[in-house]
Amino acid sequence: MEWLQELQGIVGEPNVKTSRAQLAAYSYDATAGFQSAPDAVVSPASTEEIAEIMKLCGRFKKPLVPRGSGTNLAAGTVPTQGGIVLLFNRMNKILELDMANLCVTVQPGVITADLATFVESNGLFYPPDPSSMKISTIGGNVSENSGGLRGLKYGVTKDYVMALTAVLPNGQTIQTGGKLAKDVAGYDLKSLLVGAEGTLGVVTEITLKLIPLPRTQKTGIAYFTSLEAAGATVSEIIAAKIIPATLEFMDRGTMDAVEQFMNLGLPEDAEAMLLMEQDGDEDAVERDVNQMIALARANGATLTAVARSTEEAQRLKAGRRAALSALSRKRPTTILEDATVPRSELAKMVRAIEQIAKRNQVEIHTFGHAGDGNLHPTCLTDSRDLEEMARVEQAFAEIFEAAIDLGGTITGEHGVGEMKSPYLEWKIGPQGIELMKVLKQAIDPDNICNPGKLFAKSTKPRVVLHYG
Amino acid sequence: MANLLEERMQQSFINHVDENLLMDCMRCGFCLPACPTYLITDQDEVHSPRGRIALMKAVRDGEVKWDGSVEEAFDVCLGCRACEPACPAGVQYGTLLEETRYAVQQAKPIGLSEKLTRKVAFDGLFANQQIMQGTVKLIQFYQTTGIQKVARKIGFMELFPKTLRDMEKVLPKITSKKQSSSPSNPKIKVAFFTGCLMDTMFQQTNQRTIELLESLGAEVVVPKGQACCGALHGHSGEIPKAKRNALQNIEAFQHTDYSYIVQNAGGCGAFLSEYGKLLATDEAKRFSEKLIDISSLLVQLGLTDKMARHQVPVEGIVTYQDSCHLRNVNKVWLEPRALLQASPGWEFKEMPNASGCCGSAGIYNILQPEIASQLLEQKMKGVRTVRPARIVTTNPGCLLQMKVGIEREGLTDEMEAVHIVDFVYESIFQTTKGV
Ligand SMILES: Cc1cc2nc3c(=O)[nH]c(=O)nc-3n(C[C@H](O)[C@H](O)[C@H](O)COP(=O)(O)OP(=O)(O)OC[C@H]3O[C@@H](n4cnc5c(N)ncnc54)[C@H](O)[C@@H]3O)c2cc1C
Ligand code: SF4
Ligand code: SF4
Repeated sequence: MEWLQELQGIVGEPNVKTSRAQLAAYSYDATAGFQSAPDAVVSPASTEEIAEIMKLCGRFKKPLVPRGSGTNLAAGTVPTQGGIVLLFNRMNKILELDMANLCVTVQPGVITADLATFVESNGLFYPPDPSSMKISTIGGNVSENSGGLRGLKYGVTKDYVMALTAVLPNGQTIQTGGKLAKDVAGYDLKSLLVGAEGTLGVVTEITLKLIPLPRTQKTGIAYFTSLEAAGATVSEIIAAKIIPATLEFMDRGTMDAVEQFMNLGLPEDAEAMLLMEQDGDEDAVERDVNQMIALARANGATLTAVARSTEEAQRLKAGRRAALSALSRKRPTTILEDATVPRSELAKMVRAIEQIAKRNQVEIHTFGHAGDGNLHPTCLTDSRDLEEMARVEQAFAEIFEAAIDLGGTITGEHGVGEMKSPYLEWKIGPQGIELMKVLKQAIDPDNICNPGKLFAKSTKPRVVLHYG
Repeated sequence: MANLLEERMQQSFINHVDENLLMDCMRCGFCLPACPTYLITDQDEVHSPRGRIALMKAVRDGEVKWDGSVEEAFDVCLGCRACEPACPAGVQYGTLLEETRYAVQQAKPIGLSEKLTRKVAFDGLFANQQIMQGTVKLIQFYQTTGIQKVARKIGFMELFPKTLRDMEKVLPKITSKKQSSSPSNPKIKVAFFTGCLMDTMFQQTNQRTIELLESLGAEVVVPKGQACCGALHGHSGEIPKAKRNALQNIEAFQHTDYSYIVQNAGGCGAFLSEYGKLLATDEAKRFSEKLIDISSLLVQLGLTDKMARHQVPVEGIVTYQDSCHLRNVNKVWLEPRALLQASPGWEFKEMPNASGCCGSAGIYNILQPEIASQLLEQKMKGVRTVRPARIVTTNPGCLLQMKVGIEREGLTDEMEAVHIVDFVYESIFQTTKGV
């Protein structure tokens, strides 16, 4: 196998994996129901080596699948067409902290939480905090344009990417952006690469914007006997010109699961919970949290609390943190989605999800980031039961349709990958797909970079929703 | 031939590895940063919990055929179970690993050297307290006659793998048993699980365990007929033998009216606390529910408060190496630290990654010497940053491993590894003449 020898020549033999166990171990990611083994797994050490690998893939027409920690939920790193899985475990260094320009330059394999801890120890703050940050990589975050709990106030990954180095499918390396607050020289290629899910090239170096670390933080919680009351509270908080650092939501089913799992003593009659957090200067934080709680009360919250200490805050947050754990224990397969709507439509969307679940006789509970309308309808099922899985698929199709109907999107932060590619056209239309195809064709004519992702063989026929 | 083994293996996985437990894993990867073998292999997914579970499932489903690379993935696992507390889905990794190793044992004629090691260790040493004591007598003889010195000189130990040689250097000096005296008006009655290794190589520690408990007003009984807890058997796939030992222990501890069964070895404690799961009988569950580790019991009997009253000048730094199983299975990490913090004459300093496995992991350091060594090296780097005079552990395996670490790094003049019981005992009786 000529390509394999060449590959070993580029990175050195120990950095190419081909054993049965190794190929199997890189055949999946966090997405249920997708698995396919690559031909080889390679760990380069530099941008230059990646450029060589890219050229090799071009010559041998081998698919190249960049992979961070494989935590994405859209089958984005499953090598469904075989080929070479590209790892960043040897490119995981923090290269430079620039205090004068408030930015940090890293290799793609750096773990998000490690970066956050590092900059915080220097009094700075990198806000994007996906729940998976203890293991996700910056390269993965950039390529998925990941969000997190703080999205409403601080934005998502793309808002922090200042510069990128990337190897393009033709083997050339580009640098785009810079340590600049303003830069309008040419097309914004940097933004094109952010969220490209590895389909336009390989990101090999990233410069991220940092901001000063907020001084304090405060947490409050409110329980409601109706979804609509919680939804109204969210709208009124924003209308009152408060932008909370986090504003998290759990529905009844999620709370039941949490209660079963942890016995926290959550109120039994609650239909919805909002967890609110503000950070910043002490006075402002105090004022905002008190006002949010007052708004919750005015909207009929039956129980509210404000944490007086960090420990108390941890206790208040325990339920929301355990949401996924608690749900995932109920059935063998857990499917986590992230349909997103304008925040004003939160209550309507949660109701729609409830009805869709009922109609299709599947178990779906919803939690998520209420402040930015990013919901996580979580389906509990069993992938071995094909008949049930068909109903699950139908339910999700209806959920996507409902989200789009309400002015939302099929995915707020998890990405399209292979899993949601058949639905992409629903959101961006045939013109959108057409333009994306033109771009992809121009940049990657041989379809080397992560083939099969974003672009579906065929679009799913749209479903018709009957409300009520 | 190979195909036969592949088929046998798949069948064995179908028979012995629980599909529902495998399905609990949603492949989120949250366990990866907790796994020592994933980290030490430069993040090799094969050596991660998620990778191993995926391989178990792939073998079971026939998607991956058994070969050496698959076997290695399971062999390299420490069984430290740090992946369990990190897992949001509650995956029972420890059980899956035991089932997997059992399935492998059933299907495969195991390698000769491994078989020998197993045989000597399990069928001989650990199964029978008498033989164990006999072996210790031999070691004792070896130590006291001075043959040890000669053997070291002429390189007799060179015949053994490096790890064994290092182990041999650090074997504790063995002393003979003492009689103890019960308090006249006991506050509480406890039964002491002595543990095979603890009862032989660490006899003095056991003696002191009893003395400490008695000085805090506890009556300590040592039921006769105890066997090795069975952990080493269980972890290596010898499940029937583990069950046999469990039954014997449950029997031995059946007839007394004590409040707790106390043990002083983290690895044994975890296994004993899972008898309920292993045997799924009421007796086994009752046994497991009564179990407590020595640190928790000492704290409960008020030792920390008593020690805190003795203020003496600080003379040295002490640090703590978690026993993986005490921490990850029994969720005990605060109590040992509380004891060290209260110990008169000592300043407690946490070392980096104290919860990470030291590489001892039962007989792992004998079966996988290379990775064990790397883990130990990393561990000693952390130790150096706090420069303690004592490294305290709560498990005999970790204790020996830390001693090996100190020896290898040439730090024997500076620090010593000790069991928590010995540490507390000495800091009380040597600085304050009792509590
Ligand atoms: C339990 C759970 C909770 C999660 N919570 C959140 C959340 O709160 N918010 C959120 O946004 N996401 C969340 N995710 C999804 C996922 O963690 C994120 O998408 C994350 O950014 C993926 O990082 P990774 O390193 O695992 O990337 P991977 O999964 O390995 O890769 C993701 C994509 O990026 C591409 N890629 C990776 N590195 C590069 C590179 N250097 N160059 C080019 N392409 C590359 C891959 O090809 C793939 O398409 C969650 C996932 C799980 C399992
Ligand atoms: S038991 Fe320890 S070594 Fe094995 S997979 Fe779990 S964390 Fe890793
Ligand atoms: S954390 Fe648990 S569910 Fe997630 S990959 Fe690890 S074992 Fe599986």
